[in-house]
Amino acid sequence: MTQPLDILVETPSQTAGPYVHIGCIPTFAGVEGVYPEDLGLSPIEDGAKGEVITIVGSIYDGTGWAMRDAMLESWQADAAGVYPGQDGADAKVSGFCRFAADKDSGEFTLRTVKPGAVKGRNGQVFAPHISLWIVARGINIGLNTRIYFEDEDNSADPLLARIEQRPRVDTLIAKNTGDGTYRFDIRLQGEGETVFLDL
Amino acid sequence: MTDTAALMPRRREMHPDPYYPDYKTSITRSPSLPLLSMESTPSEETGPRFGHNKLGALDNNLICNYTQGKALAVGERIRVHGRVLDELGRPVPHTLVEIWQANAGGRYRHIKDTYFAPLDPNFGGCGRTITDENGYYEFMTIRPGAYPWPNRANDWRPMHIHFSIFGHAFGQRLISQMYFQGDPLIDLCPIAATIRNRSQLDRLVAPLDMQNSRGMDYLAYKFDIVLRGRRQTMFENKPEGM
Repeated sequence: MTQPLDILVETPSQTAGPYVHIGCIPTFAGVEGVYPEDLGLSPIEDGAKGEVITIVGSIYDGTGWAMRDAMLESWQADAAGVYPGQDGADAKVSGFCRFAADKDSGEFTLRTVKPGAVKGRNGQVFAPHISLWIVARGINIGLNTRIYFEDEDNSADPLLARIEQRPRVDTLIAKNTGDGTYRFDIRLQGEGETVFLDL
Repeated sequence: MTDTAALMPRRREMHPDPYYPDYKTSITRSPSLPLLSMESTPSEETGPRFGHNKLGALDNNLICNYTQGKALAVGERIRVHGRVLDELGRPVPHTLVEIWQANAGGRYRHIKDTYFAPLDPNFGGCGRTITDENGYYEFMTIRPGAYPWPNRANDWRPMHIHFSIFGHAFGQRLISQMYFQGDPLIDLCPIAATIRNRSQLDRLVAPLDMQNSRGMDYLAYKFDIVLRGRRQTMFENKPEGM
């Protein structure tokens, strides 16, 4: 026998289920009047520095069907690459947004400012990106991925550099469709499967 | 003050299998390729914070928050309470905990729930609170009913409350479900069975807590939650290989 390690184990995940909106986006579920407003309606306030952009996309299951019941959360730095809570962060950027795939079309929309490049440990610099967390019925543990931008220099990004199959890098790159709008589709499984992260 | 140390890697083997065919929806909603693993970065080590100013006085009381106190929900009155800790056993203070659940008959107040058990006009089914400086939280609610769901022909979910916890870092983000001690449906549920390690599943089963129940008022259930911890940073800034 040995001494026990003084480490607990993380609580295991379970699927958010089909009714995740009741708890996280109550007005989407039709639950009104409990909270004054849903949490995380926008990651920015008026006056946030930087370029305002809109990201539109869908989440496709393994059959190519756009999911109607997914919930997404995004987390990002401000236009200078500083996260909320860090010194010098833009006070108009909360950085967090919660949104749902549309119940009829399955399309989601995220309106925010384009984040700046982020400095990590040991001199690492990450190209501008937005972190995404996706939960839904059928997803047993939330899926993490990132949105990068095709009109930024992603060539030295340490995370993208670790993707062995280079064509898969493209699954993390949002496409500029003009007028400050980007398209970012997520494929859970099969051809063109999005790279999901464990970090 | 923001702690910027790397997060401990997630022990994926202690979490559910993403692909678990008995839970049919997971078949088409689980990635078939491996996840890309690497050390956490600032994007996962930072995260949103929510203050008490976001919360109303009844937000953690589901018995009366749907009517704002004008009428009470029907069902078995319970108190659900516990602590949020990290893997090092340290409390996670001032973090948002959200819950949602069906009513006493197993019916959700959601536009997509068409189960014929009736809605309770005095029950919404959502609650939220912020842990105190010791990582402690509590909710008052009614015990949710079991309900059938379209998976296999006669599948029923055990009584459960959905939990969503933030922690202090986006990489700690967690959604899970709390079950109730003694519910025989737990052993039949394909969603519970997605967790391959039985002792891990047992950690989602809240025990009856008579010491924290109140006579002539409510029963209590205890539910502790553990989030990812951060690595110790003593040797963090040395060049590799040193």
